Amino acid sequence: MGADRAVHVEVPEKDYASLQPIHVSKILAKLAQQEEASLVLVGKQAIDDDCNQTAQMTAAYLDWPQGTFASKIEKTNGDLHVTREIDGGLETIKLKLPAVLSSDLRLNEPRYATLPNIMKAKKKKLDKKTPQDFGVEIKPHMEILKCEEPPTRQAGIVVESAADLVAKLRELGTIP
Amino acid sequence: MEGGVVATQGGVCVDLTKMDRIIEVHPENFTATVEAGVTRISLNEYIRDTGMWFPIDPGADASLCGMAATSASGTNAVRYGTMRENVVNLEVVLADGRVLHTQGKGRATKKTAAGYNLTNLLVGSEGTLGIVTQATLRLYGIPEAMISAVCLFPDIRSAIDTVVQTMQCSIPIARIEFLDEASIDASNRYSNLNQKLAPTLFLEFHGSKLSVQEQADAVGAIVSENGGSDFQWALKFEERKKLWKARHDLYYAGKASIPGAHAYSTDVCVPLSKLSEVLTETKKDVDAAAKFLKGHLVGHVGDGNFHVLIAYDPNLPDAVDKLHDLVDKINRRALAHGGTCTGEHGIGLGKRKYLAEELGEVNLDVMRSIKTALDPNHIMNPGKKIP
Repeated sequence: MGADRAVHVEVPEKDYASLQPIHVSKILAKLAQQEEASLVLVGKQAIDDDCNQTAQMTAAYLDWPQGTFASKIEKTNGDLHVTREIDGGLETIKLKLPAVLSSDLRLNEPRYATLPNIMKAKKKKLDKKTPQDFGVEIKPHMEILKCEEPPTRQAGIVVESAADLVAKLRELGTIP
Repeated sequence: MEGGVVATQGGVCVDLTKMDRIIEVHPENFTATVEAGVTRISLNEYIRDTGMWFPIDPGADASLCGMAATSASGTNAVRYGTMRENVVNLEVVLADGRVLHTQGKGRATKKTAAGYNLTNLLVGSEGTLGIVTQATLRLYGIPEAMISAVCLFPDIRSAIDTVVQTMQCSIPIARIEFLDEASIDASNRYSNLNQKLAPTLFLEFHGSKLSVQEQADAVGAIVSENGGSDFQWALKFEERKKLWKARHDLYYAGKASIPGAHAYSTDVCVPLSKLSEVLTETKKDVDAAAKFLKGHLVGHVGDGNFHVLIAYDPNLPDAVDKLHDLVDKINRRALAHGGTCTGEHGIGLGKRKYLAEELGEVNLDVMRSIKTALDPNHIMNPGKKIP
């Protein structure tokens, strides 16, 4: 894992709360065009927002084909054959490049960065940009009304007999 | 593996698995301090973004403090050492409740000449001198490149000669493991490998891309000179993982070779100069007992350490007696050749009877003095380790 060159698009703390896949995908699309990339590879779903939207939206902005939930990617004669993990099993599709792919857990095993490479990475080029550099404003499209923890679990009630259990359940209205 | 935690005299068994905080990680110092319940895989996952790892791998996802208490080892001891070389400091609760820091509280230097080497007194003490509650461990950088290989030999001798010559050439091989035909057969069935049945070496090389290639070429030459063949490379992470998992699962693979079997593993370690002879003679003994049990020879031959994984049906008449005979033969042969009855599994309950021959009475008396000094009432894991 690792790269020889990176671009860090910095989002200030106050804007981070409003950052959504729609903003990220606009930035990635612009970046892909600037870099003349032929492949955009992202994870299928982040564990914080659980959205599963960035790959799809990026492909839409670029008007590129998409291969999402990829568990296997093969290049044959300039086309990509992507095996996708879907509800019914596996689906294999053929895409022309350039394309956007999102990875499923089953694609491979992550390789940890080695210490020598981490040391080398300190000397690699890291360009810092802002969303504005890509013409993107982090304007919230949604307003979070409420965010709360689930109610704390109440202690159970110990009853003496099966008859008491049934009576208690009736009292609580859980059985007729 | 040797009954070390069985309360043969009654008593309290202390389970420290919930004491599982990673206290601190110092990448620049190459150290990490963990509580008793932290396991080696959870530490390695925690530190993965530092590019470091703790390489000692006894197969199971063991607790690091447990590994310290038993002087654990693994398949890459030939390059990275065992727990003896990789524990910097221990926090130990003594029999009277005092808390000991073997290198001083909060200290973790690469080397020290201060005081007695209490750290290594406690490493491998199997709970008889104190309870290990925290360990400061030595970390290593994850090597830039790792490649594995498998090669086959016409007989055990040529495989072991290859190992000895590789060590003599000072090639810094990371893993060099021997598997006999029975082990390969068991692995093929249990772990879905597809190896030819022959005495086999599993190898792994760590280093920069260039040095790994250099090591592999050097070992390749030695393998050819000894009549080895069918060199297969495992370059991809997933392939290497499958290979080493199969090696680590040999206990289960061997056990599965007889349905419903029990299994026992010997653990002798002998000088490299005696390894070929000891292995060949041991194989003869295993074959002689074939009617009663199935033995699989496998091991860390770069260290002179090998296991005979013995599967047996406890209900088969005489099988248990034959097992005890065979195990005794293997241990006594190792001792007769200047070896030890245990390279890594420890003495526990089962191997105390060999210590007098292996270490001698003066050694036993010194150990007993130390034990009595630290545990006058003999409450710490009584009946274990020291006869």
